Amino acid sequence: MTAAALDTQPLNAGLLGDDERRHRLAMFGLSVPAMLLVALVLLVPFSWLAWLSLFDASGALSAENYARLLRPAYVNSFVSTLEVAALVTGVCILLGYPVAYLLSQLPKRAAQILLVFVILPFWTSVLVRTYAWLVLLQREGIINTWLKQLGLISESLPLVNNLTGTVIGMVHVMLPFLILPLYASMRAIDPVYLRAAANCGASPAQAFRQVFLPLSAPGLGAGAALTFVLCLGFYLTPALLGGGRVAMWSTQIADAVAKFANWGAASALSVALLVVTGLILWLMKWGVRRLGTSLGER
Amino acid sequence: MHLKRLAIANMLGAATALFMATGAFAAGETLTISGFGGNLQKDLRATLWQPAADAAGVTLSEETQDGLASVRVQVQSGSPTWDIVHLGADECAVGGKEGLFEPLDYNTIKTDGFDKKAYGEHWIATNTYSVVLAWRTDVYKDKHPTSWADFWDVKAFPGRRALSTYPQEMMEIALLGAGVAKDKLYPLDTKLSLERLKEIKPNISVWWSSGAQSAQLIKDKEVDMMAIWGSRVASVIKDGAPVEFTYDNGILGYGCLAILKGSKHVAAAQKFIAGVVSPEVQARIPEMMPYYGPTNNLAFKVGKFSPDVLAKSNMSPENVAKQTFIDANWWRDNNELVREDYSLLISN
Repeated sequence: MTAAALDTQPLNAGLLGDDERRHRLAMFGLSVPAMLLVALVLLVPFSWLAWLSLFDASGALSAENYARLLRPAYVNSFVSTLEVAALVTGVCILLGYPVAYLLSQLPKRAAQILLVFVILPFWTSVLVRTYAWLVLLQREGIINTWLKQLGLISESLPLVNNLTGTVIGMVHVMLPFLILPLYASMRAIDPVYLRAAANCGASPAQAFRQVFLPLSAPGLGAGAALTFVLCLGFYLTPALLGGGRVAMWSTQIADAVAKFANWGAASALSVALLVVTGLILWLMKWGVRRLGTSLGER
Repeated sequence: MHLKRLAIANMLGAATALFMATGAFAAGETLTISGFGGNLQKDLRATLWQPAADAAGVTLSEETQDGLASVRVQVQSGSPTWDIVHLGADECAVGGKEGLFEPLDYNTIKTDGFDKKAYGEHWIATNTYSVVLAWRTDVYKDKHPTSWADFWDVKAFPGRRALSTYPQEMMEIALLGAGVAKDKLYPLDTKLSLERLKEIKPNISVWWSSGAQSAQLIKDKEVDMMAIWGSRVASVIKDGAPVEFTYDNGILGYGCLAILKGSKHVAAAQKFIAGVVSPEVQARIPEMMPYYGPTNNLAFKVGKFSPDVLAKSNMSPENVAKQTFIDANWWRDNNELVREDYSLLISN
């Protein structure tokens, strides 16, 4: 085994290895400034945050800040944050996947024009978009007024100041974050694979399920993870469209800082969110890889 | 061309000289005051702060505070850039307890005409606001709600309702609606209050979190009746929306001033605050800031007001009699726990 492995090595292996090491060193050197910046603006403050979370309001070392996270008010808002993020990510996938698929199948020029419409919401302030939804969705808003005039409903639908309104507003904000990475990964899928599948007798549906879907899984995973994680930190949209009912973790953090000036509590809340986010990302990565392989094997 | 330039240079020179002269005239001391910003701060400056600053011979510079946390950061820095801060009374009370403020000098600041609940060792209330019951007149045409008991009576007064996401004032309202006497409110029976809130919860369509939002809710008919700040609902009525409100059963809260620990202008700040709470300056509130009120009752002795102004002011003797004052010290000690229970109740 070792002899065979040695046999396959080219004669200038030593030189090539040196070259690669030098190249790696140069690359490392080039990335040092960026890494220092990351360390400075991310790792240092975060370590400080984690450090702060270990002290109670009087400055004594204690686990009080973490113990409080188990109180019902915090557990409730934590669960509700995860629920909202999962719901928004799910709706984004349902709406975004077909759009990304269509875009990836269109000629490049047409796709680029349509992409502008996907990116367009990015150019408007979140605040403006959120208030626009309020105008559209409220009891005497445009949608309810039209539906009533058309005689489809007699009583206004509760579209806003609840979970429904929050999800609508958040999906609107988050859709581009899902579509863009998904579109990029779908563009990279060589159409030859699909033709090959058809040649082997696969129906279009089979070709999509067994070839295209697994190949687009990494892009879907990246987009979904991005959407989910960004949703966990939402503050403005749930506050304006949730009618006070949608408890988000970020609201608790803001309260701890702004209302109670309790840095320790706010730090513990942030650390908990970060740890859970990391865990979820890791699980998603694992899940997407498994999904990709299991779909491909079938 | 040359002449023109020369003229401009001359003008600039003259302006600079003038600016320096007025600067020297204003005794050189500048007080930095930090408030809630927006229209409220603009009105407070015109009504209270500017005349007090003129009387104390100081120049005012303004900043915006972002709650007690921002005050704490200022004080912790060792040399705060703010001298005075305008906050809600419960925040003043908490800050005083935490040692963020200099004690007030009550030899300079006169408290004649003040309610005992309206000042503490480190802070003094400078204006009042009211939380009132407001309703749509196009929804309640013949019979409108007149009290918090009616707010809780969903059979007699069906319709969509709104309360605030902040427990302050809402806890009081719930107890008043349950028939607790005004003078027996404190210490708040939080258990009963939360039970009452739970009862009305299915009929609360919106829990509002900002003044602007609260005004929009009743203006756009998103809700039919609500608890709202008097000044906010007044502007909705002024805009022509079919809305009315009553001071009956209202909750009176305080805005307050305090001096930051470590300020380099403590003596001047004491003088400034003395001016703000003087009856003469306080008497400007009813006319210049309708729906807000003076904290110094002597203001109504010093000033002569028309019946119309008195009807609008939340502090005119007949309107005060209808309302209840908030107890800042109770909230100082209980806010955090009540807040948790309250937020759990509304989101669960």
